[in-house]
Amino acid sequence: MVTENAAAKRRTGTIIVMALLVVLLALISLGVGPVRMSPLKVLETLFGGGSDVYRVIVQEIRLPRTILAVAIGAILGLSGAALQGLLRNPLASPSLFGAPQAAAFGAVLVIALGLADVRSYALPGAAIIMAFLSVFALLVVAGRNAGLLIFILAGLAISSLAGAATALAMNLSSNPFVALEIAFWLLGSLEDRSFRHVMLALPFITIGAIILMSQRNALRALSLGEETAQSLGVHVGSLRLIVILGVAFGVGGAVAVTGTIGFIGLIAPHLMRPLVGYDPTRLLVPSALTGAALLLAADIAVRIIPSTSDIKVGVLTSLIGVPFFLYLIMRERRALGGGVG
Amino acid sequence: MTDAFLTAHKLSVTLARREVLHDISLALPRRHLVALVGPNGAGKTTLLRALAGLLPARGAIHVGGDALGSLSLRERAKRFGYLPQGHMVHWPLPARDIVALGRYPHGATDPARLSPTDEAAVERAMQATDVTQFSTRPATELSGGERSRVALARVLAVEAPVILADEPTAALDPRFQIEVMKNLRAAADSGILAIVVTHDLGLAARYADVVMVMQEGRLVAQGAPAEALSDEILANVFRVTAYRTGHEHRMIIVPWAGV
Repeated sequence: MVTENAAAKRRTGTIIVMALLVVLLALISLGVGPVRMSPLKVLETLFGGGSDVYRVIVQEIRLPRTILAVAIGAILGLSGAALQGLLRNPLASPSLFGAPQAAAFGAVLVIALGLADVRSYALPGAAIIMAFLSVFALLVVAGRNAGLLIFILAGLAISSLAGAATALAMNLSSNPFVALEIAFWLLGSLEDRSFRHVMLALPFITIGAIILMSQRNALRALSLGEETAQSLGVHVGSLRLIVILGVAFGVGGAVAVTGTIGFIGLIAPHLMRPLVGYDPTRLLVPSALTGAALLLAADIAVRIIPSTSDIKVGVLTSLIGVPFFLYLIMRERRALGGGVG
Repeated sequence: MTDAFLTAHKLSVTLARREVLHDISLALPRRHLVALVGPNGAGKTTLLRALAGLLPARGAIHVGGDALGSLSLRERAKRFGYLPQGHMVHWPLPARDIVALGRYPHGATDPARLSPTDEAAVERAMQATDVTQFSTRPATELSGGERSRVALARVLAVEAPVILADEPTAALDPRFQIEVMKNLRAAADSGILAIVVTHDLGLAARYADVVMVMQEGRLVAQGAPAEALSDEILANVFRVTAYRTGHEHRMIIVPWAGV
C-alpha cells in the first residue's frame, strides 16, 4: 500500500535525521568547555590526531560525560515511551511517577548510612530496587484501569514520599558535608563524571534497554486494551512487571551516577508522535534518540549559559519540562476532566 | 449435538467472593451462530470471558478436543477471536494496523511486515466488513459504526474456529446492526462457531441457530429461537410479553409489555 510505505519511509527518515543529530550534538558536547574545539577538531582528536593535551581533554575528561548524556538521555526517552505505551497514557513518564525520586532515595540512603562510597555498585543496586518498588506501588495504588488523574495523583504522592524520605536520610546524616554533597548531587548533573561512572551505569542501562525493547510488540497489542491484548496471546500481567523492571534498571542505573534528571521521558515521545505516528512500538527507538539529543543539548546549554556558578542539567530539564507538562495538561484537559467521572 | 467443538462442564466463576456463574454446562458445534441473551447482570459477559480463558473458572472447558488449561496463551488466542464490548482503541492507529493485530497470535507482530498469508487474511476480513476504504484512517477518527466494523474485522482476521462477540451491535444504527449480524452469520456459515451476546431478542431470533438464555448466573434455556424464547421464558426471565410474527421465513419477536 502506497500510504503505508510513505509512513514507513517517514519513520526511517526521522530515525536517520535524529541519529545524525545525536552524533553532531555529541561532537559539539566533546568540544565545549574551558578549551573549545570545533566538531571537526574533536573528530580528529578522537581518532588519535592532535596534541596529547587535546587527546586527554577529549578522550578522558569529556568523553565519559558525553557517553553518559547519550546513554541516559536515550534510556529516559525509551522508558517514557514504554511507560506511555504500557499505561496507554500520553502523560506517563518515569519522573511524574516518582521513579527517579525513589531511585535517588535508594542511592542517598546507601550514601547517608555510609554503606558505600559514591562509586560502588551498591548505589545503582539500591536505586534500581527503589525505582522498581515505586512504579510497582504506583500500579498497585492506581489499579488496573486507572484514568490519567489517578496516575498523576498517585505519582505525585509517591514522589513526595520519596522526596520526604530523602530529606529524612539527609536530616539524619551525621556529617553535614555529606548532606551538602547529596543535596547537590540530587539536582542532577553530568559534570566531572569518569569512566568509572560509565562502567557503573552503562551495564544497567543496557539491560534496561534490552528488557524494554524485548516487549515492544506487546505494547502495540495493548493499544486495544488489556483484555483484548490478553485474548491475542499477550500475557498482560508479566508484560507489566517486565516493563517496570526495564524502567527500574534504566532509571535506577541512570540516577545512581547523575542524580535526578527529569522530564526527558515525558517530552521525547511527544516530539516524535507527529513525525512517526502513535504506534507505541514504532515510537520506542525514535524516542530514545530524541531523549539522547535532548539531554546532550541540555548538557551543552548548561556549559554555554554564562553564570557565576554552574547550572545543574537536572535543574534545566525541569525548568523546560514543567512548562511543557503544563502545556500537555492544557491540551489533555478534556481527557483529564473525563478521568474524574 | 454430537460433534461439539466447544464444551463446558460444570463451569463456575467467583468474582470478588461472589459466585457469578453457577454450574454452566454447554456443548456447541461449529457452523453455528449462538445468541447469548439474558437480563443485565445475568453473567453473559462473564461466561464469554471464562470460555476464552480470560477469567479463572472452576470446571472444565474443552475446545477442539483440547482442555483449555492445557493450551498456551498463544494457542488459545488462535482458537478464540474475542470481541469485547466498546471496541476500545487507545491510540489513533490506522484501521488496517488494528485489523492486522488479529494476526498477532499467528506471530505477525508487525503490521508493516505481514507474510502473504497474514496479508491475505487481513484483506479478506476488511473486505467482509467493508472497511477497506478506511485502511489508513486513524481508528479514533472513525464513526462508532465504522469503528465497530473495524473491530469486527480484527476478530475475523484471527481466522479462529470460535468467535466470542460481546454486544457487537450495541450503539449501532439499524443498518449497521444488520450488517454486523450478517457478517457473523456468514462467518458461522463458513464453519465458525460464533457466540454473540445481545440484548436484542429480535436480532437473536432472526439470525441465531441456537439461543442460550441466562438468568442470575445460570443457563436457564437453550435451543432453537422459538423454543428458547418461548412466552413462558420471556415472562419468567425478562418479565416481558412479546409480539410474534414471521417474515421471509424467519421468526420476528418484539418485546411488547412488562409483566
